Amino acid sequence: MSFDTVDNARHTPDEDQPWAELGLKEDEYQRIREILGRRPSSSELAMYSVMWSEHCSYKSSKVHLRQFGEKQTEAAKESLLVGIGENAGVVDIGDGWAVTFKVESHNHPSYVEPYQGAATGVGGIVRDILTMGARPIAVMDPLRFGPADAPDTRRVLPGVVAGIGGYGNCLGLPNIGGEVVFDESYAGNPLVNALCVGSLRHDEIKLAKATGVGNLVVLFGAKTGGDGIGGVSVLASETFDADKPSKRPSVQVGDPFTEKLLIECCLEIFAEDLVVGIQDLGGAGISCATSEMASAGTGGMHVVLDRVPLRDPTLSPEEILMSESQERMCAVVEPAKLDRFMGICQRWDITATVIGEVTDTDRLVIEWHSETVVDVPPRTVAHEGPVYQRPYGRPADQDARQADAPTAQRLVRPTTSVELRDTLLRLVSSPNLAAKGWVTSQYDKYVQGNTVLAQPEDAGVVRVDEKTGRGVAISTDANGRFTKLDPYAGAQLALAEAYRNVAATGAKPLAVTNCLNFGSPEDPAVMWQFAEAVRGLADACEALDVPVTGGNVSFYNQTGEVAILPTPVVGVLGVIDDVARRTPMALGPEGESVLLVGETRDELGGSEWAHVVHGHLGGLPPTVDLQRERQLAEILVAGSRDGMLTAAHDVSEGGVALALVEMALRGGRGARVVLPDDVDPFVALFSESTGRAVVVVPRSEELRFTDMCVARHVPVARVGVVDGVGDQAELAVQGQFSVSLAQLRTASEATLPALFGPSVG
Amino acid sequence: MARIGVVTFPGSLDDRDAARAITVAGGEPVPLWHKDRSLAGVDAVVLPGGFSYGDYLRCGAIARFAPVMEMIIDGAQGGLPVLGICNGFQILCETHLLPGALTRNDSLHFVCRDQRLRIDSTSTPWTSDYALGQEIVVPLKNGEGGYVADERTLDELEAEGRVVARYLEVNPNGSRRDIAGISNAAGNVVGLMPHPEHAVEPLTGPSTDGLAFFTSILTRLARA
Amino acid sequence: MARVVVDVMLKPEILDPQGQAVQGALSRLGFTGVSSVRQGKRFEIELDGDLDDATRARVEELAGTLLANTVIEDYRVRVED
Repeated sequence: MSFDTVDNARHTPDEDQPWAELGLKEDEYQRIREILGRRPSSSELAMYSVMWSEHCSYKSSKVHLRQFGEKQTEAAKESLLVGIGENAGVVDIGDGWAVTFKVESHNHPSYVEPYQGAATGVGGIVRDILTMGARPIAVMDPLRFGPADAPDTRRVLPGVVAGIGGYGNCLGLPNIGGEVVFDESYAGNPLVNALCVGSLRHDEIKLAKATGVGNLVVLFGAKTGGDGIGGVSVLASETFDADKPSKRPSVQVGDPFTEKLLIECCLEIFAEDLVVGIQDLGGAGISCATSEMASAGTGGMHVVLDRVPLRDPTLSPEEILMSESQERMCAVVEPAKLDRFMGICQRWDITATVIGEVTDTDRLVIEWHSETVVDVPPRTVAHEGPVYQRPYGRPADQDARQADAPTAQRLVRPTTSVELRDTLLRLVSSPNLAAKGWVTSQYDKYVQGNTVLAQPEDAGVVRVDEKTGRGVAISTDANGRFTKLDPYAGAQLALAEAYRNVAATGAKPLAVTNCLNFGSPEDPAVMWQFAEAVRGLADACEALDVPVTGGNVSFYNQTGEVAILPTPVVGVLGVIDDVARRTPMALGPEGESVLLVGETRDELGGSEWAHVVHGHLGGLPPTVDLQRERQLAEILVAGSRDGMLTAAHDVSEGGVALALVEMALRGGRGARVVLPDDVDPFVALFSESTGRAVVVVPRSEELRFTDMCVARHVPVARVGVVDGVGDQAELAVQGQFSVSLAQLRTASEATLPALFGPSVG
Repeated sequence: MARIGVVTFPGSLDDRDAARAITVAGGEPVPLWHKDRSLAGVDAVVLPGGFSYGDYLRCGAIARFAPVMEMIIDGAQGGLPVLGICNGFQILCETHLLPGALTRNDSLHFVCRDQRLRIDSTSTPWTSDYALGQEIVVPLKNGEGGYVADERTLDELEAEGRVVARYLEVNPNGSRRDIAGISNAAGNVVGLMPHPEHAVEPLTGPSTDGLAFFTSILTRLARA
Repeated sequence: MARVVVDVMLKPEILDPQGQAVQGALSRLGFTGVSSVRQGKRFEIELDGDLDDATRARVEELAGTLLANTVIEDYRVRVED
């Protein structure tokens, strides 16, 4: 069998190479030739093409993402133990504890093969967390699909949900939150973002460095097969074209059982301090792990590819390097510790093989059948990829869209009590606002026994320390419609909502992760959306003193010319000293006061009402007021800590009306609601102004709580009282209408089962 | 203090939760590894929930042949109290210590819900702290929880009072006769689909109704 | 080199929701006239040597204890040349 070697490359400089088919541009190919001083071997070409793809190199986004680091305040840096650049950021949560968390996308594979695409997305993010030295403790999944009643959604959604459940449940990770959003722009481009959080002690942090000349490079986990070859560079760097037949490259297939064993095996290895560095194999497989670790470490690595355990003996060296077989990790181990390392792998029946060693040559050298097939400077592969300055410009129709505000003249508003009641029921039953039990009951939220709050609560809350009760809260949020109307504000609104959700449960927001889902970066209008969104998010993080610890960019989410709504998903993590003090969202007990904190203005641009009732997207999104969000968060956290709050729920999509409905259904209790005199009832109920929360306080705490709001100059008003228990209890809006919990429950819970099948959840 | 073994197979998930529940009840959990050939002198054994061997082939089909199971089958036949929860119940059926089998949920979906149950037998060492007919709420989470057995076996279980727990309000998986848990003839071996170990702390569970599964065995052992 | 194939099917009296789901899908794809679909498993076992009586007996035993749960499943062992 003949294969291309470095030697051969030296002697055949003019050989034609398929750089274009592999996704490289002409100038990139020339640059590789310059770096190496010769043409690349076929293996080197495969390696560069995959590592320099958009998905791996972030070439279109790097120049913008720099702002996350540049705009980080000193206060934000205080809680960071590991910043951007590693597999995941690590945040200090006090008492010697740290957490690491990140959200990532697996969008394109989930369209092609929903179950495996979503499953391997979970697998990948869990390995990223494990690689930092942490025990994964929870997962969350923000999901976006085409219209709920579209036939293809019926193909994609159930598969994605089954895949997330099938993989995550088998790993023993509680699924504590996420989102399910439907919009026609996601048809053909579903968004499957997966988040994982892990906990560790400060001294347990592991990094992905190959240091120490002579240390051994060990590949362990599943055997290598032909999974997803070319998946990375082909799928994530190109859009789906409606005219061509649908792409069906080999997708990655996951084995959660092996990953579960891998988790336990790694944790035992970490506990005995047996690794110098560790990296998981995700996109670009061995190419990525070896080049990144060598680049970040002492500088050189020598690998014998023949030693890689194979599932398929016919694989060529290029295929082995590009394979995306799942459940694989790569560790750097001191020779003296190798026996013990291997012993632990054997205990868990995990295949482990020494494939190379760390050198000081500043080169990554890979051999196959005793010939050198790769000899490159690792930095050029892993960290010095192309950097693009993509052109961007505000689209011509942006002004017109922003001018098309949903005023009372433009869109008919409900005015009578009957109309208001009907609008409420219509929104409650709309797919985006309806109960998501059909999805979430397929996830285990109990495993590990530390879940304190899970969906549909505002944030997922898990206990980290059983002795002290210290825990973390996480929320992910995004609003594609707001972002389309104003990308700068839209990204800020996503952060504001996640920040508010975390505070609503009583946790102090500490850190941020993000998954930026956009269309093609080759479209200046999309690139403008991206640039503005990143700028908005970076500015907002600066204003709130929270650091971005890491994240993910997913470009090319478009079919033909039509891009998805720009969807920057923002995840916020907060810490709570004692999870026993967390604030749930359920209404109750009877007689307690219901208060609205914050200011309500006429802000319906991009709202659920405009979308559901009128199919309208225009005007400006609600105003962002980060100082107000900060004050509100302080009030919610202090209120929780000092025992003033029975319940709290942030106000977002659907306005105060939906917030009250959700709290009522959660608690099985009703309320008598009195709308403020100075606001139009429609606006009071459905406006989506920011910086607001609905809280329930015992009468005895009302004054103390109100004083706290007044001291911070945050408006607070009594909007009602908890009244009634059980399905016949009512949400009664004085002077307007009342609706029973039974009717609200039916409206909310019937929607998804009617579309996707019965559910016993 | 009574010592209760909790077995860990490759892929077991709720072993730590079972251990926690035993501790909360006042007992001493003893970790048992699937390859162990001794039961370390424990007074009772819990086979926890999870996906042993990834649920490959059939749930519990491979775990059933683990070295530690030989000792447990032996012990159980000699009266050792054994509680199999979820995957543990599946393993007990595969070993034939309990009759019948667990099959794919009739909905074909994995379901995680707070399930209302009725305790129909308090004469096992795992349920003696309950009142007969007591209704409890305990998390249920499985994809293969449908209990099946032939009519003769089902009639026998009913007639001999060996149905330990039944689903109320909603049958989440298609189990015959709404059976959520059963015992062997001697009563020392109990299999239960729902997860009592997730209902022992008000902070993390829907109730503390599950705790009595673990206090019952301690009460029984204290008396012995 | 011998190859043994073991087919495992749920007993006729056991509810087969997966088979039912497949039947529903066939009908939605316009394939009518299907009265029943049952889903099972097929194990292909490649042996190093030839198949003698002792090995054949062992395979039968394993088919009945590991590959199939005879409480709810039937199995059949075939040799392929």
